[in-house]
Amino acid sequence: MADKEKMTLILFSGEMDKALSAFNIAIGGASAGMEVTIFFTFWGLNVIKKNEGSSKSKGVMRNMLNLMNRGGAKRLPLSKFHMAGVGKAMMLGLMKDINFPQVDELLSMAKELGVKFIACTNTMGMMGISKEAFIPEVDSFAGVATYIADARESKINLFI
Amino acid sequence: MKADVTIDCIGLYCPMPIVNTAKKVKEMGAGQVLEIIADDEGIKQDMPNWARMTGNEFLGIEEDNGKYHVFVKKKPQ
Repeated sequence: MADKEKMTLILFSGEMDKALSAFNIAIGGASAGMEVTIFFTFWGLNVIKKNEGSSKSKGVMRNMLNLMNRGGAKRLPLSKFHMAGVGKAMMLGLMKDINFPQVDELLSMAKELGVKFIACTNTMGMMGISKEAFIPEVDSFAGVATYIADARESKINLFI
Repeated sequence: MKADVTIDCIGLYCPMPIVNTAKKVKEMGAGQVLEIIADDEGIKQDMPNWARMTGNEFLGIEEDNGKYHVFVKKKPQ
């Protein structure tokens, strides 16, 4: 079989709207027969965290950060007009109105279509997030060399 | 136009009609024709582009009261 064309996305942001865009593009690529990889780094790691609880880690600072920065596909804020959750609730209402899937649904759909999820070990270490904090859909844990190896062969490469 | 298989994507927005099309075409036999019924205008450009990328044949669109009937022929193996 001929090599598939590749798409590589970096999801740096941890907001619901940006995650929706990223998964939308990933799903579009996978549906067009591309091999798609999403690298989750910094706040983007929140998108692939479990929805329950917060992760334990070493030190007061990291524990505080993890308590405030819990993540989980269902708990992401909006990048604009979040308004302590009121704006997000309204946006979810609008989405429901037109049958638009939520982040966790798009995430499962991407997975079904074979999109690969890679979590960045550098930011995990810095922020004190353990592997156990993530959902089982994460395929692997890697760093910049893995991203470069994928990105240099990719026709589409986006930083979101 | 006559189709072998029809899928209903009324009320669905990007990327769902494309995802459903890709899934259905995978199940179909070579040379069979799929009809996609949708009401998101984006499909008018999305479907010819999807077909071009995947090597399937875009046969045309029929518009009828805000509904788009899109026809795609699956490529030979």
